[in-house]
Amino acid sequence: MSEILVLVEHAEGEVKKVTLELLTLARTLGSPAAVWAGPGITAEAKARLAEYGADKIYVAGSADLVDHVVAPKAELLAQLVAAASPAAVLVAATAEGKEVAGRLAVKTDSGVITDAVGLGEGFVADQSIFGGGVNVRAKVRRGTPIVAVRPNSTAPVAAAGAGVEEEVTVALSDSARAARVVERVKQEKGARPELTEAAIVVSGGRGVGSAENFSVIEELADSLGAAVGASRAATDAGWYPHQFQVGQTGKTVSPQLYIAAGISGAIQHRAGMQTAKTIVAINKDPEAPIFELADYGVVGDLHQVVPQLTDEIKKRK
Amino acid sequence: MNIVVCVKQVPDTSTERKLRSDDNTLDRDAADGVVNELDEYAVEEALKLKEAHGGEVTVLTMGPAKATETIRKALAMGADKAVHLSDDALHGSDALSTSYAMAQVLKQIGFDLVILGSESTDARTGVLAAMLAERLGAPQLTLANKVEVDGSGITIQRVTDYGFDRVEASLPAVVSVVEKINDPRYPSFKGIMAAKKKPVQTLAIGDAAIDPAQVGLGAAWSEVVDFAAAPPRAAGTVVKDEGDGGVNAADFLASKKFI
Repeated sequence: MSEILVLVEHAEGEVKKVTLELLTLARTLGSPAAVWAGPGITAEAKARLAEYGADKIYVAGSADLVDHVVAPKAELLAQLVAAASPAAVLVAATAEGKEVAGRLAVKTDSGVITDAVGLGEGFVADQSIFGGGVNVRAKVRRGTPIVAVRPNSTAPVAAAGAGVEEEVTVALSDSARAARVVERVKQEKGARPELTEAAIVVSGGRGVGSAENFSVIEELADSLGAAVGASRAATDAGWYPHQFQVGQTGKTVSPQLYIAAGISGAIQHRAGMQTAKTIVAINKDPEAPIFELADYGVVGDLHQVVPQLTDEIKKRK
Repeated sequence: MNIVVCVKQVPDTSTERKLRSDDNTLDRDAADGVVNELDEYAVEEALKLKEAHGGEVTVLTMGPAKATETIRKALAMGADKAVHLSDDALHGSDALSTSYAMAQVLKQIGFDLVILGSESTDARTGVLAAMLAERLGAPQLTLANKVEVDGSGITIQRVTDYGFDRVEASLPAVVSVVEKINDPRYPSFKGIMAAKKKPVQTLAIGDAAIDPAQVGLGAAWSEVVDFAAAPPRAAGTVVKDEGDGGVNAADFLASKKFI
Protein backbone atom coordinates (compact mmCIF):
# COMPACT_ATOMS: atom_id res chain seq x y z
CA MET A 1 0.00 0.00 0.00
CA SER A 2 1.19 3.48 -0.77
CA GLU A 3 2.25 5.77 1.97
CA ILE A 4 0.06 8.65 3.03
CA LEU A 5 2.13 11.37 4.66
CA VAL A 6 0.51 12.98 7.70
CA LEU A 7 2.15 16.13 9.07
CA VAL A 8 2.00 15.85 12.86
CA GLU A 9 0.62 18.78 14.85
CA HIS A 10 2.29 18.84 18.22
CA ALA A 11 2.74 21.15 21.19
CA GLU A 12 5.14 20.64 24.09
CA GLY A 13 5.99 17.13 22.96
CA GLU A 14 2.37 16.00 22.74
CA VAL A 15 0.54 14.92 19.60
CA LYS A 16 -2.62 16.94 19.00
CA LYS A 17 -5.96 15.23 18.58
CA VAL A 18 -6.35 16.38 14.97
CA THR A 19 -3.31 14.30 14.02
CA LEU A 20 -4.95 11.17 15.44
CA GLU A 21 -7.99 12.00 13.31
CA LEU A 22 -5.81 12.36 10.23
CA LEU A 23 -4.08 9.04 10.91
CA THR A 24 -7.49 7.39 11.30
CA LEU A 25 -8.53 8.84 7.95
CA ALA A 26 -5.22 7.97 6.27
CA ARG A 27 -5.59 4.31 7.30
CA THR A 28 -8.65 3.98 5.08
CA LEU A 29 -6.67 5.21 2.06
CA GLY A 30 -3.20 3.73 2.43
CA SER A 31 -0.35 3.23 4.86
CA PRO A 32 -0.06 6.21 7.23
CA ALA A 33 3.39 7.73 7.63
CA ALA A 34 3.56 10.40 10.33
CA VAL A 35 5.97 13.29 9.80
CA TRP A 36 7.28 14.96 12.95
CA ALA A 37 8.94 18.31 12.32
CA GLY A 38 11.03 19.93 15.03
CA PRO A 39 12.75 18.87 18.23
CA GLY A 40 11.12 17.31 21.26
CA ILE A 41 9.56 14.04 20.14
CA THR A 42 9.06 11.71 23.11
CA ALA A 43 8.66 7.96 23.43
CA GLU A 44 5.03 8.61 24.43
CA ALA A 45 4.43 10.66 21.29
CA LYS A 46 5.85 7.90 19.08
CA ALA A 47 3.74 5.31 20.87
CA ARG A 48 0.65 7.44 20.35
CA LEU A 49 1.31 7.83 16.62
CA ALA A 50 1.80 4.07 16.24
CA GLU A 51 -1.30 3.38 18.34
CA TYR A 52 -3.41 5.32 15.86
CA GLY A 53 -1.99 3.61 12.82
CA ALA A 54 1.32 5.17 11.82
CA ASP A 55 3.27 2.45 10.01
CA LYS A 56 6.18 4.79 9.67
CA ILE A 57 7.27 7.79 11.71
CA TYR A 58 9.59 10.22 9.98
CA VAL A 59 11.39 12.31 12.58
CA ALA A 60 13.06 15.51 11.45
CA GLY A 61 14.30 16.89 14.75
CA SER A 62 16.09 20.04 13.65
CA ALA A 63 15.08 23.23 15.47
CA ASP A 64 15.39 25.04 12.13
CA LEU A 65 12.08 23.48 11.14
CA VAL A 66 10.15 25.41 13.75
CA ASP A 67 12.34 28.48 14.15
CA HIS A 68 11.41 29.79 10.70
CA VAL A 69 7.91 30.43 9.40
CA VAL A 70 6.27 27.58 7.45
CA ALA A 71 8.77 27.30 4.57
CA PRO A 72 11.03 24.67 6.24
CA LYS A 73 8.10 22.32 6.87
CA ALA A 74 7.12 22.57 3.22
CA GLU A 75 10.71 21.78 2.20
CA LEU A 76 10.76 18.77 4.51
CA LEU A 77 7.53 17.42 3.05
CA ALA A 78 8.70 18.10 -0.51
CA GLN A 79 11.85 16.10 0.21
CA LEU A 80 9.74 13.19 1.53
CA VAL A 81 7.35 13.40 -1.43
CA ALA A 82 10.34 13.09 -3.78
CA ALA A 83 11.87 10.21 -1.79
CA ALA A 84 8.79 8.16 -0.88
CA SER A 85 6.32 8.99 -3.69
CA PRO A 86 3.35 8.97 -1.32
CA ALA A 87 -0.22 8.62 -2.61
CA ALA A 88 -1.19 11.80 -0.79
CA VAL A 89 -0.16 14.29 1.88
CA LEU A 90 -2.56 15.21 4.69
CA VAL A 91 -2.21 18.22 6.95
CA ALA A 92 -4.56 19.72 9.51
CA ALA A 93 -6.58 22.61 8.11
CA THR A 94 -5.26 25.05 10.67
CA ALA A 95 -4.07 28.46 9.46
CA GLU A 96 -0.48 27.23 9.45
CA GLY A 97 -1.32 23.77 8.12
CA LYS A 98 -2.97 25.35 5.09
CA GLU A 99 0.07 27.56 4.49
CA VAL A 100 2.36 24.52 4.59
CA ALA A 101 0.01 22.79 2.12
CA GLY A 102 0.06 25.82 -0.18
CA ARG A 103 3.84 26.05 -0.34
CA LEU A 104 4.18 22.29 -0.76
CA ALA A 105 1.74 22.43 -3.67
CA VAL A 106 3.90 25.02 -5.43
CA LYS A 107 7.09 23.05 -4.73
CA THR A 108 5.76 19.72 -5.95
CA ASP A 109 3.58 21.09 -8.76
CA SER A 110 0.59 19.43 -7.11
CA GLY A 111 -3.00 20.37 -6.49
CA VAL A 112 -4.18 21.30 -3.02
CA ILE A 113 -7.58 21.08 -1.37
CA THR A 114 -8.20 23.08 1.80
CA ASP A 115 -10.76 22.65 4.55
CA ALA A 116 -11.88 19.15 3.61
CA VAL A 117 -14.48 17.77 6.01
CA GLY A 118 -14.23 14.27 4.56
CA LEU A 119 -11.95 12.30 2.26
CA GLY A 120 -12.84 9.16 0.33
CA GLU A 121 -11.71 6.81 -2.39
CA GLY A 122 -9.64 8.43 -5.14
CA PHE A 123 -8.88 11.22 -2.64
CA VAL A 124 -12.16 12.91 -3.43
CA ALA A 125 -12.64 15.49 -0.69
CA ASP A 126 -15.86 16.84 0.76
CA GLN A 127 -15.98 20.56 1.39
CA SER A 128 -18.63 22.82 2.80
CA ILE A 129 -18.52 26.28 1.24
CA PHE A 130 -20.32 29.64 1.29
CA GLY A 131 -20.97 29.43 4.99
CA GLY A 132 -22.25 25.86 4.83
CA GLY A 133 -24.78 26.58 2.09
CA VAL A 134 -23.18 24.40 -0.58
CA ASN A 135 -21.52 20.98 -0.36
CA VAL A 136 -18.75 20.36 -2.84
CA ARG A 137 -16.79 17.27 -3.81
CA ALA A 138 -13.36 18.15 -5.18
CA LYS A 139 -10.24 16.35 -6.22
CA VAL A 140 -6.70 17.04 -7.23
CA ARG A 141 -5.92 16.30 -10.85
CA ARG A 142 -2.22 17.16 -11.07
CA GLY A 143 0.65 15.85 -8.93
CA THR A 144 0.37 14.36 -5.45
CA PRO A 145 -2.95 15.19 -3.76
CA ILE A 146 -2.35 17.56 -0.86
CA VAL A 147 -5.36 17.81 1.41
CA ALA A 148 -5.86 20.03 4.45
CA VAL A 149 -8.49 18.37 6.62
CA ARG A 150 -10.52 20.25 9.21
CA PRO A 151 -10.25 19.18 12.84
CA ASN A 152 -13.20 17.07 14.04
CA SER A 153 -13.90 15.73 10.54
CA THR A 154 -13.64 12.19 11.82
CA ALA A 155 -13.47 10.52 15.22
CA PRO A 156 -10.00 9.22 16.10
CA VAL A 157 -9.98 5.42 16.43
CA ALA A 158 -6.94 3.48 17.61
CA ALA A 159 -5.62 0.65 15.41
CA ALA A 160 -1.95 -0.08 15.80
CA GLY A 161 0.51 0.53 12.99
CA ALA A 162 4.09 -0.69 12.78
CA GLY A 163 5.50 2.65 13.94
CA VAL A 164 8.89 2.16 12.29
CA GLU A 165 10.99 5.21 12.99
CA GLU A 166 13.13 6.86 10.35
CA GLU A 167 15.32 9.85 11.04
CA VAL A 168 15.27 12.55 8.40
CA THR A 169 17.80 15.29 7.86
CA VAL A 170 16.63 18.10 5.68
CA ALA A 171 18.89 20.44 3.78
CA LEU A 172 17.09 23.74 4.07
CA SER A 173 17.51 26.43 1.46
CA ASP A 174 18.48 29.95 2.49
CA SER A 175 15.10 31.30 1.46
CA ALA A 176 13.36 28.83 3.80
CA ARG A 177 15.23 30.52 6.63
CA ALA A 178 14.27 34.05 5.61
CA ALA A 179 11.52 34.60 8.19
CA ARG A 180 12.98 34.00 11.65
CA VAL A 181 10.90 33.39 14.77
CA VAL A 182 12.74 35.42 17.39
CA GLU A 183 10.27 35.10 20.25
CA ARG A 184 7.24 32.99 21.15
CA VAL A 185 4.72 34.74 23.33
CA LYS A 186 2.24 32.51 25.15
CA GLN A 187 -0.88 34.33 26.17
CA GLU A 188 -3.03 33.27 29.07
CA LYS A 189 -5.73 30.94 27.84
CA GLY A 190 -6.30 28.78 30.87
CA ALA A 191 -7.03 25.10 30.66
CA ARG A 192 -9.62 25.30 27.90
CA PRO A 193 -9.11 23.41 24.65
CA GLU A 194 -8.09 25.25 21.51
CA LEU A 195 -11.15 26.67 19.75
CA THR A 196 -10.80 25.07 16.31
CA GLU A 197 -9.85 21.68 17.79
CA ALA A 198 -12.41 21.46 20.58
CA ALA A 199 -15.06 18.74 20.50
CA ILE A 200 -17.49 21.11 22.21
CA VAL A 201 -17.73 24.88 21.75
CA VAL A 202 -19.92 27.25 23.77
CA SER A 203 -20.32 30.68 22.19
CA GLY A 204 -21.88 33.89 23.40
CA GLY A 205 -23.23 36.77 21.37
CA ARG A 206 -24.98 40.11 21.66
CA GLY A 207 -27.43 38.66 24.18
CA VAL A 208 -24.66 38.18 26.71
CA GLY A 209 -24.75 41.94 27.21
CA SER A 210 -21.34 42.71 28.71
CA ALA A 211 -17.78 41.50 29.19
CA GLU A 212 -18.52 40.57 32.82
CA ASN A 213 -21.47 38.43 31.77
CA PHE A 214 -19.22 36.24 29.64
CA SER A 215 -18.40 34.41 32.87
CA VAL A 216 -21.80 32.72 32.41
CA ILE A 217 -20.64 31.37 29.04
CA GLU A 218 -17.23 30.37 30.45
CA GLU A 219 -18.80 28.45 33.33
CA LEU A 220 -20.99 26.45 30.98
CA ALA A 221 -17.97 25.76 28.77
CA ASP A 222 -15.90 24.62 31.75
CA SER A 223 -18.65 22.28 32.94
CA LEU A 224 -18.44 20.54 29.54
CA GLY A 225 -14.67 20.79 29.01
CA ALA A 226 -15.47 23.03 26.06
CA ALA A 227 -13.79 25.94 24.30
CA VAL A 228 -15.37 29.40 24.43
CA GLY A 229 -16.29 31.26 21.27
CA ALA A 230 -17.99 34.56 20.56
CA SER A 231 -20.00 36.13 17.78
CA ARG A 232 -18.69 39.16 15.96
CA ALA A 233 -21.20 41.36 17.76
CA ALA A 234 -19.63 40.32 21.05
CA THR A 235 -16.01 40.75 19.93
CA ASP A 236 -16.74 44.07 18.19
CA ALA A 237 -18.30 45.29 21.43
CA GLY A 238 -15.06 44.38 23.19
CA TRP A 239 -16.75 41.86 25.48
CA TYR A 240 -14.49 39.00 24.46
CA PRO A 241 -11.08 38.89 22.76
CA HIS A 242 -11.11 38.99 19.02
CA GLN A 243 -9.20 35.72 18.53
CA PHE A 244 -12.24 33.82 19.82
CA GLN A 245 -14.55 35.11 17.11
CA VAL A 246 -16.41 32.35 15.28
CA GLY A 247 -17.64 33.31 11.82
CA GLN A 248 -16.96 34.28 8.24
CA THR A 249 -13.97 36.45 9.07
CA GLY A 250 -12.97 34.63 12.25
CA LYS A 251 -12.47 31.01 13.17
CA THR A 252 -14.30 28.15 11.54
CA VAL A 253 -15.24 25.41 13.97
CA SER A 254 -16.69 22.02 13.28
CA PRO A 255 -17.24 20.50 16.73
CA GLN A 256 -19.39 17.58 17.85
CA LEU A 257 -21.52 20.02 19.85
CA TYR A 258 -21.97 23.77 19.42
CA ILE A 259 -23.97 25.76 21.95
CA ALA A 260 -24.93 29.26 20.83
CA ALA A 261 -26.17 31.53 23.61
CA GLY A 262 -27.57 34.94 22.77
CA ILE A 263 -26.50 34.61 19.15
CA SER A 264 -29.08 35.42 16.49
CA GLY A 265 -27.35 33.33 13.82
CA ALA A 266 -26.62 35.87 11.10
CA ILE A 267 -25.04 34.40 7.97
CA GLN A 268 -21.69 35.83 9.06
CA HIS A 269 -21.77 33.64 12.17
CA ARG A 270 -23.25 30.59 10.50
CA ALA A 271 -20.32 30.48 8.08
CA GLY A 272 -18.09 29.64 11.02
CA MET A 273 -20.11 26.89 12.72
CA GLN A 274 -22.65 25.41 10.36
CA THR A 275 -20.83 22.07 10.01
CA ALA A 276 -21.09 21.35 13.75
CA LYS A 277 -22.64 17.91 14.28
CA THR A 278 -25.13 18.97 16.95
CA ILE A 279 -26.28 22.54 17.56
CA VAL A 280 -28.06 23.87 20.64
CA ALA A 281 -29.36 27.44 20.68
CA ILE A 282 -30.53 29.62 23.52
CA ASN A 283 -32.04 32.95 22.52
CA LYS A 284 -34.89 35.07 23.75
CA ASP A 285 -36.09 35.91 20.24
CA PRO A 286 -38.17 32.99 18.88
CA GLU A 287 -37.62 34.36 15.35
CA ALA A 288 -33.80 34.22 15.57
CA PRO A 289 -32.42 32.39 12.51
CA ILE A 290 -30.16 30.30 14.74
CA PHE A 291 -33.23 28.19 15.61
CA GLU A 292 -33.43 27.05 11.97
CA LEU A 293 -30.10 25.30 12.47
CA ALA A 294 -30.59 24.10 16.00
CA ASP A 295 -31.17 20.47 16.88
CA TYR A 296 -32.43 21.77 20.18
CA GLY A 297 -33.48 25.31 20.96
CA VAL A 298 -34.60 27.08 24.10
CA VAL A 299 -36.48 30.34 23.70
CA GLY A 300 -35.62 32.22 26.83
CA ASP A 301 -33.24 34.53 28.63
CA LEU A 302 -29.75 33.07 28.53
CA HIS A 303 -29.01 34.64 31.91
CA GLN A 304 -31.59 32.26 33.40
CA VAL A 305 -31.21 29.25 31.13
CA VAL A 306 -27.42 28.99 30.89
CA PRO A 307 -26.64 29.00 34.65
CA GLN A 308 -29.40 26.44 35.17
CA LEU A 309 -27.93 24.26 32.43
CA THR A 310 -24.46 24.57 33.99
CA ASP A 311 -25.78 23.54 37.43
CA GLU A 312 -27.66 20.63 35.91
CA ILE A 313 -24.55 19.39 34.06
CA LYS A 314 -22.48 19.56 37.26
CA LYS A 315 -25.19 17.68 39.15
CA ARG A 316 -25.35 14.88 36.62
CA LYS A 317 -21.62 14.27 36.42
CA MET B 1 8.99 52.05 0.12
CA ASN B 2 7.20 50.44 -2.77
CA ILE B 3 4.17 48.70 -1.26
CA VAL B 4 1.84 46.54 -3.33
CA VAL B 5 -1.46 45.63 -1.71
CA CYS B 6 -3.41 42.75 -3.20
CA VAL B 7 -7.17 43.27 -3.24
CA LYS B 8 -9.83 40.82 -4.37
CA GLN B 9 -13.40 41.44 -5.37
CA VAL B 10 -15.68 38.88 -3.76
CA PRO B 11 -19.43 38.31 -3.71
CA ASP B 12 -21.13 40.07 -0.81
CA THR B 13 -21.27 37.55 2.06
CA SER B 14 -24.69 38.81 3.10
CA THR B 15 -26.27 37.65 -0.17
CA GLU B 16 -26.76 34.14 -1.49
CA ARG B 17 -23.63 32.86 -3.23
CA LYS B 18 -23.70 30.24 -5.95
CA LEU B 19 -21.54 28.06 -8.14
CA ARG B 20 -22.21 28.00 -11.87
CA SER B 21 -23.75 24.77 -13.06
CA ASP B 22 -21.88 24.90 -16.39
CA ASP B 23 -18.31 24.89 -15.10
CA ASN B 24 -18.55 24.61 -11.28
CA THR B 25 -16.88 27.98 -10.75
CA LEU B 26 -18.07 30.87 -8.63
CA ASP B 27 -21.02 32.71 -10.13
CA ARG B 28 -19.68 36.27 -9.95
CA ASP B 29 -22.83 37.74 -11.49
CA ALA B 30 -25.22 36.23 -8.94
CA ALA B 31 -24.19 38.55 -6.14
CA ASP B 32 -22.90 42.09 -5.75
CA GLY B 33 -19.13 42.34 -5.82
CA VAL B 34 -17.50 43.99 -2.83
CA VAL B 35 -13.96 44.42 -1.57
CA ASN B 36 -12.91 41.29 0.32
CA GLU B 37 -13.37 42.52 3.87
CA LEU B 38 -10.01 41.25 5.09
CA ASP B 39 -8.26 43.14 2.28
CA GLU B 40 -9.47 46.44 3.72
CA TYR B 41 -7.14 45.80 6.65
CA ALA B 42 -4.32 45.17 4.17
CA VAL B 43 -5.01 48.48 2.39
CA GLU B 44 -5.13 50.35 5.70
CA GLU B 45 -1.86 48.77 6.84
CA ALA B 46 -0.21 49.71 3.54
CA LEU B 47 -1.41 53.31 3.89
CA LYS B 48 -0.17 53.53 7.48
CA LEU B 49 3.26 52.21 6.48
CA LYS B 50 3.43 54.71 3.64
CA GLU B 51 2.48 57.54 6.01
CA ALA B 52 5.22 56.49 8.42
CA HIS B 53 8.00 55.64 5.96
CA GLY B 54 7.11 57.33 2.68
CA GLY B 55 6.83 55.65 -0.68
CA GLU B 56 3.95 54.57 -2.81
CA VAL B 57 1.01 52.16 -2.51
CA THR B 58 -0.05 50.20 -5.58
CA VAL B 59 -3.24 48.15 -5.63
CA LEU B 60 -2.99 44.83 -7.46
CA THR B 61 -6.21 43.09 -8.43
CA MET B 62 -6.80 40.04 -10.55
CA GLY B 63 -10.36 39.65 -11.74
CA PRO B 64 -12.91 40.45 -14.40
CA ALA B 65 -13.67 43.95 -15.67
CA LYS B 66 -16.18 44.64 -12.93
CA ALA B 67 -13.41 44.37 -10.32
CA THR B 68 -12.56 47.99 -11.21
CA GLU B 69 -15.23 48.97 -8.62
CA THR B 70 -13.07 47.33 -5.99
CA ILE B 71 -9.93 49.01 -7.27
CA ARG B 72 -11.62 52.42 -7.06
CA LYS B 73 -12.57 51.79 -3.46
CA ALA B 74 -8.94 51.01 -2.54
CA LEU B 75 -7.78 54.10 -4.44
CA ALA B 76 -10.42 56.18 -2.67
CA MET B 77 -9.02 54.99 0.66
CA GLY B 78 -5.72 56.52 -0.41
CA ALA B 79 -3.70 54.13 -2.56
CA ASP B 80 -1.73 55.90 -5.30
CA LYS B 81 -2.28 53.73 -8.35
CA ALA B 82 -3.45 50.32 -9.45
CA VAL B 83 -2.64 47.40 -11.67
CA HIS B 84 -5.59 45.34 -12.84
CA LEU B 85 -4.75 41.93 -14.23
CA SER B 86 -7.79 41.04 -16.28
CA ASP B 87 -8.05 38.44 -18.99
CA ASP B 88 -10.74 35.93 -19.95
CA ALA B 89 -8.02 33.29 -19.97
CA LEU B 90 -7.77 33.67 -16.17
CA HIS B 91 -11.37 32.57 -15.54
CA GLY B 92 -11.51 29.51 -13.31
CA SER B 93 -7.93 29.82 -12.05
CA ASP B 94 -7.31 28.01 -8.77
CA ALA B 95 -5.00 29.21 -6.00
CA LEU B 96 -1.92 27.78 -7.72
CA SER B 97 -2.69 29.53 -11.00
CA THR B 98 -3.68 32.74 -9.24
CA SER B 99 -0.45 32.82 -7.24
CA TYR B 100 1.53 32.13 -10.39
CA ALA B 101 -0.14 34.92 -12.35
CA MET B 102 0.15 37.42 -9.52
CA ALA B 103 3.79 36.51 -8.90
CA GLN B 104 4.52 37.18 -12.57
CA VAL B 105 2.99 40.65 -12.26
CA LEU B 106 4.82 41.34 -8.99
CA LYS B 107 8.15 40.37 -10.54
CA GLN B 108 7.43 42.77 -13.36
CA ILE B 109 6.29 45.78 -11.33
CA GLY B 110 8.70 45.23 -8.41
CA PHE B 111 8.02 45.64 -4.69
CA ASP B 112 9.56 46.12 -1.28
CA LEU B 113 6.50 44.81 0.48
CA VAL B 114 3.46 42.87 -0.68
CA ILE B 115 0.49 42.98 1.71
CA LEU B 116 -2.61 40.76 1.54
CA GLY B 117 -5.61 40.02 3.73
CA SER B 118 -5.23 36.64 5.46
CA GLU B 119 -7.91 35.03 3.30
CA SER B 120 -10.79 35.81 0.97
CA THR B 121 -14.35 35.37 2.15
CA ASP B 122 -15.33 33.42 -0.97
CA ALA B 123 -12.72 30.70 -1.53
CA ARG B 124 -11.31 30.95 2.01
CA THR B 125 -8.26 28.86 1.18
CA GLY B 126 -5.90 31.09 3.17
CA VAL B 127 -2.96 29.92 1.04
CA LEU B 128 -2.30 32.77 -1.38
CA ALA B 129 0.21 34.75 0.69
CA ALA B 130 2.22 31.59 1.45
CA MET B 131 2.18 30.60 -2.21
CA LEU B 132 3.30 34.08 -3.29
CA ALA B 133 6.18 33.98 -0.79
CA GLU B 134 7.18 30.59 -2.17
CA ARG B 135 7.02 31.74 -5.78
CA LEU B 136 8.81 35.02 -5.13
CA GLY B 137 11.45 33.53 -2.83
CA ALA B 138 10.55 36.26 -0.33
CA PRO B 139 10.17 35.85 3.43
CA GLN B 140 6.69 34.79 4.50
CA LEU B 141 5.39 37.12 7.22
CA THR B 142 1.80 35.99 7.39
CA LEU B 143 -1.12 36.19 9.84
CA ALA B 144 0.23 39.44 11.25
CA ASN B 145 -1.61 41.42 13.89
CA LYS B 146 1.24 43.94 14.06
CA VAL B 147 3.74 45.10 11.43
CA GLU B 148 6.81 47.25 12.04
CA VAL B 149 9.29 48.35 9.41
CA ASP B 150 12.73 49.70 10.37
CA GLY B 151 14.95 50.53 7.42
CA SER B 152 15.33 47.32 5.46
CA GLY B 153 14.19 45.19 8.40
CA ILE B 154 10.63 44.15 9.15
CA THR B 155 9.11 42.56 12.25
CA ILE B 156 5.62 41.18 12.64
CA GLN B 157 3.57 39.48 15.31
CA ARG B 158 2.28 36.26 13.80
CA VAL B 159 -0.94 35.05 15.43
CA THR B 160 -0.70 31.47 16.72
CA ASP B 161 -3.06 29.30 18.73
CA TYR B 162 -1.05 29.99 21.90
CA GLY B 163 -0.58 33.72 21.40
CA PHE B 164 1.86 35.05 18.86
CA ASP B 165 5.34 34.65 17.43
CA ARG B 166 7.56 37.64 16.84
CA VAL B 167 9.05 37.13 13.39
CA GLU B 168 11.87 39.08 11.72
CA ALA B 169 13.01 39.30 8.14
CA SER B 170 14.53 41.65 5.60
CA LEU B 171 12.67 43.39 2.80
CA PRO B 172 11.40 42.58 0.25
CA ALA B 173 8.78 40.45 1.99
CA VAL B 174 5.22 39.12 1.73
CA VAL B 175 2.89 40.02 4.59
CA SER B 176 -0.67 38.92 5.30
CA VAL B 177 -2.71 40.66 7.96
CA VAL B 178 -5.54 39.41 10.14
CA GLU B 179 -8.81 41.10 10.93
CA LYS B 180 -8.63 43.93 13.47
CA ILE B 181 -4.96 44.71 12.96
CA ASN B 182 -6.21 48.25 12.42
CA ASP B 183 -9.35 50.29 11.76
CA PRO B 184 -9.73 50.63 8.00
CA ARG B 185 -10.53 54.22 7.07
CA TYR B 186 -13.63 55.17 5.16
CA PRO B 187 -12.99 56.86 1.85
CA SER B 188 -13.62 60.59 2.16
CA PHE B 189 -15.56 62.49 -0.50
CA LYS B 190 -12.26 64.05 -1.55
CA GLY B 191 -10.70 60.58 -1.70
CA ILE B 192 -13.52 59.27 -3.88
CA MET B 193 -13.15 62.20 -6.29
CA ALA B 194 -9.36 61.87 -6.39
CA ALA B 195 -9.61 58.11 -7.05
CA LYS B 196 -11.29 58.79 -10.38
CA LYS B 197 -8.11 60.44 -11.65
CA LYS B 198 -5.60 57.93 -10.30
CA PRO B 199 -3.86 55.73 -12.85
CA VAL B 200 -5.12 52.17 -13.33
CA GLN B 201 -2.99 50.02 -15.61
CA THR B 202 -4.86 47.08 -17.09
CA LEU B 203 -2.74 44.06 -17.99
CA ALA B 204 -3.65 41.05 -20.09
CA ILE B 205 -1.73 37.85 -19.48
CA GLY B 206 0.60 38.53 -22.39
CA ASP B 207 1.62 41.84 -20.80
CA ALA B 208 3.03 40.07 -17.75
CA ALA B 209 4.69 37.05 -19.36
CA ILE B 210 1.98 34.74 -18.00
CA ASP B 211 1.95 31.36 -19.72
CA PRO B 212 -1.67 30.67 -20.80
CA ALA B 213 -1.10 26.95 -20.18
CA GLN B 214 -0.64 27.66 -16.46
CA VAL B 215 -3.85 29.59 -15.81
CA GLY B 216 -7.60 29.27 -16.14
CA LEU B 217 -9.99 26.42 -15.56
CA GLY B 218 -8.19 24.07 -17.94
CA ALA B 219 -4.91 24.41 -16.05
CA ALA B 220 -6.40 24.06 -12.57
CA TRP B 221 -4.52 21.60 -10.37
CA SER B 222 -7.75 20.66 -8.64
CA GLU B 223 -11.35 20.47 -9.75
CA VAL B 224 -14.83 20.44 -8.35
CA VAL B 225 -16.29 17.01 -9.14
CA ASP B 226 -19.82 18.00 -8.25
CA PHE B 227 -21.73 20.19 -5.82
CA ALA B 228 -25.17 20.47 -4.31
CA ALA B 229 -27.01 22.81 -2.01
CA ALA B 230 -26.49 21.59 1.53
CA PRO B 231 -29.59 19.71 2.65
CA PRO B 232 -31.41 21.80 5.23
CA ARG B 233 -30.72 20.60 8.73
CA ALA B 234 -33.58 18.47 10.02
CA ALA B 235 -35.89 20.66 12.06
CA GLY B 236 -34.98 20.42 15.71
CA THR B 237 -37.03 20.79 18.84
CA VAL B 238 -37.57 24.30 20.11
CA VAL B 239 -39.02 24.77 23.58
CA LYS B 240 -40.00 27.92 25.44
CA ASP B 241 -38.30 28.45 28.76
CA GLU B 242 -40.92 28.07 31.50
CA GLY B 243 -38.36 28.17 34.28
CA ASP B 244 -36.91 24.78 33.37
CA GLY B 245 -35.22 25.59 30.04
CA GLY B 246 -31.77 24.73 31.39
CA VAL B 247 -33.01 21.39 32.71
CA ASN B 248 -34.63 20.64 29.36
CA ALA B 249 -31.41 21.46 27.52
CA ALA B 250 -29.48 19.21 29.92
CA ASP B 251 -31.95 16.38 29.16
CA PHE B 252 -31.27 16.87 25.47
CA LEU B 253 -27.48 16.83 25.98
CA ALA B 254 -27.81 13.68 28.09
CA SER B 255 -29.89 12.00 25.37
CA LYS B 256 -27.03 12.73 22.94
CA LYS B 257 -24.49 11.42 25.48
CA PHE B 258 -22.69 14.74 25.87
CA ILE B 259 -23.22 14.47 29.64
